[in-house]
Amino acid sequence: MSPKTLYDKIWDAHLVHEAEDGTSLLYIDRHLVHEVTSPQAFEGLRMAGRQVRKPKNTIAVPDHNVPTTPDRVNGIDNEESRIQVEALDKNAKDFGINYYPVNDVRQGIVHIVGPEQGWTLPGMTVVCGDSHTATHGAFGALAHGIGTSEVEHVLATQTLIQSKSKNMKVEITGQLRPGVTAKDITLSVIGETGTAGGTGYVIEYCGEAIRSLSMEGRMTVCNMAIEGGARAGLIAPDETTFEYVKGRAHAPKGAQWEAAMAWWKTLYSDDDAHWDKVITIKGEDIAPVVTWGTSPEDVLPITDTVPNPGDFEGGKVDAAKRALEYMGLEAGQKLSDIEIDTVFIGSCTNGRIEDLRAAAEILKGKKVKEGLRAMIVPGSGLVRAQAEEEGLADIFKDAGFEWRLAGCSMCLAMNPDQLSPGERCAATSNRNFEGRQGRGGRTHLMSPAMAAAAAVTGKLTDVREMM
Amino acid sequence: MEKFEKLTGVAAPMPLINVDTDMIIPKQFLKTIKRSGLGKNLFDEMRFDDDGNEIPDFVLNKPQYREAEILVAGDNFGCGSSREHAPWAIKDFGIRCVIAPSFADIFYNNCFKNGILPIALPQEQVDVLMKDAEKGSNARMIVDLEAQTVTTSDGEEIAFEIDSFKKHCLLEGLDDIALTLEKASAIDSFEQQATNARPWV
Ligand code: SF4
Repeated sequence: MSPKTLYDKIWDAHLVHEAEDGTSLLYIDRHLVHEVTSPQAFEGLRMAGRQVRKPKNTIAVPDHNVPTTPDRVNGIDNEESRIQVEALDKNAKDFGINYYPVNDVRQGIVHIVGPEQGWTLPGMTVVCGDSHTATHGAFGALAHGIGTSEVEHVLATQTLIQSKSKNMKVEITGQLRPGVTAKDITLSVIGETGTAGGTGYVIEYCGEAIRSLSMEGRMTVCNMAIEGGARAGLIAPDETTFEYVKGRAHAPKGAQWEAAMAWWKTLYSDDDAHWDKVITIKGEDIAPVVTWGTSPEDVLPITDTVPNPGDFEGGKVDAAKRALEYMGLEAGQKLSDIEIDTVFIGSCTNGRIEDLRAAAEILKGKKVKEGLRAMIVPGSGLVRAQAEEEGLADIFKDAGFEWRLAGCSMCLAMNPDQLSPGERCAATSNRNFEGRQGRGGRTHLMSPAMAAAAAVTGKLTDVREMM
Repeated sequence: MEKFEKLTGVAAPMPLINVDTDMIIPKQFLKTIKRSGLGKNLFDEMRFDDDGNEIPDFVLNKPQYREAEILVAGDNFGCGSSREHAPWAIKDFGIRCVIAPSFADIFYNNCFKNGILPIALPQEQVDVLMKDAEKGSNARMIVDLEAQTVTTSDGEEIAFEIDSFKKHCLLEGLDDIALTLEKASAIDSFEQQATNARPWV
């Protein structure tokens, strides 16, 4: 047998049909659904008189536009949001799919709920009408975002029409230095490849620094594979993965666990597998980074200065000019001099328990800079409960953070959590596009520890100075 | 799905790289449960000021481009979120073809599900088309899917590549789901075999 990458192995195990031109029908094991990209798909099913083919493998949760303030238990004020959430309530019931409604403690961001409940397992194919589905690749699952027409296609057929991507290996060697996290890895990789560098590829992240990450950290890395343009990001499953999965609500048990493990242990790229592209970064070379512009590739170490658009090439010159104008920054300004108005800790990139622990570590016994708005939005109701149990919630509240209910919140501002024009935010989410966090809002992406440090000083801050 | 065969129309130049789906259709317009009616909010934050007035400089607000049916743009068009609202808005506005040096993966796929033809061409050729588009409304481009060519207003013909299956579906206006359901028995037998091999799934 010819050597295969992990991607090849998962692909082959899910191939239903392949046409001569390479167009393939791929079987989908898990389909995650949320309220924003699904209503038109369910409407399509109804109009064609179709059913959901595998309701038990379909999981829905509202997350994108639910409010995160405690009063949401009394209902959603915004009418359009309420209609979308009610549509999901109804669709879940009518089609008999698994559902975590807004006021269920297990509700949360779809990419946090899936792994938490054991729906996401190694070797699976996982899709969702959301580009950050790449997150689930941390388990060695082939996971990617799809559009609403494809959501409808998967609902009706449990398959997806695909053509195969190329294989890219991103190796992070050695160990990370203190203060450097999974978020810094993933942002640095995008800084290196650019936002289109991964287009046409599935990335497998490997190397010692990746192996040393927890599952939470691995999810952070894979989450942003899409920001590098890749269809999916993967990390081969290992003991860390199995340990995380074991005992979760929908993970296999008993004899099935043994059978699953036997297969999962074969899920790695063979030594002499072919890679179409290889990128190697030394773990020691990665610094705590922040973004300065309006694309996730606009990444620099916090010790650096705002770049000069003239130093770029091609279309990037104008893009950088436009970005600096939008961000209200001057070339040559020290990044650590940039003052912020708001701190947002949360999202499917950094809304897990480990992220909250990292933030609490910095915030313990400290106060949020006066006049600053600061909020922490746990990724799920269960993350929130655990943070309360561990005493993290008290640290945040004492420091002056708002302690919210689970949801996407200010990651995309489809809910009441938004930036005003010109408001500058240190955010742990994944996109710094113009208007992403609210019209005219200015976003700097960074790790939870860096965002916590910024909350204390009121400026972008090198977290290493506070450790 | 609406067929795409041949189109002769005005092309709007948008020489920006990394045009993301948040720009194409900002999230406040994703709260709909319908597919239609999004065209009026296409590029909303670039097209309108805070009071909802048109920004005259924005390309689609210029008189010569208001009826544009083709968009010529920079590298990595459609990056960002998977929202199909982006192609829905583009289509609803009246644009049926987007030409750029490269597209983000999900956006590219979404176009084909909605009768929009995305054409990826080398930068030099996009530059030629961008120049042509800048001539305004008298310069009409011809996009011929069957022949796989774009013809400038001066008659310069540029060939493009496209996946044969996607081309077929677009030319015929085929619905993916109906096509896949023709393979129902293959799905059934795969499912049977997969359930035996991986009963925990
Ligand atoms: S947290 Fe942000 S990136 Fe993640 S699913 Fe929600 S909106 Fe998308």
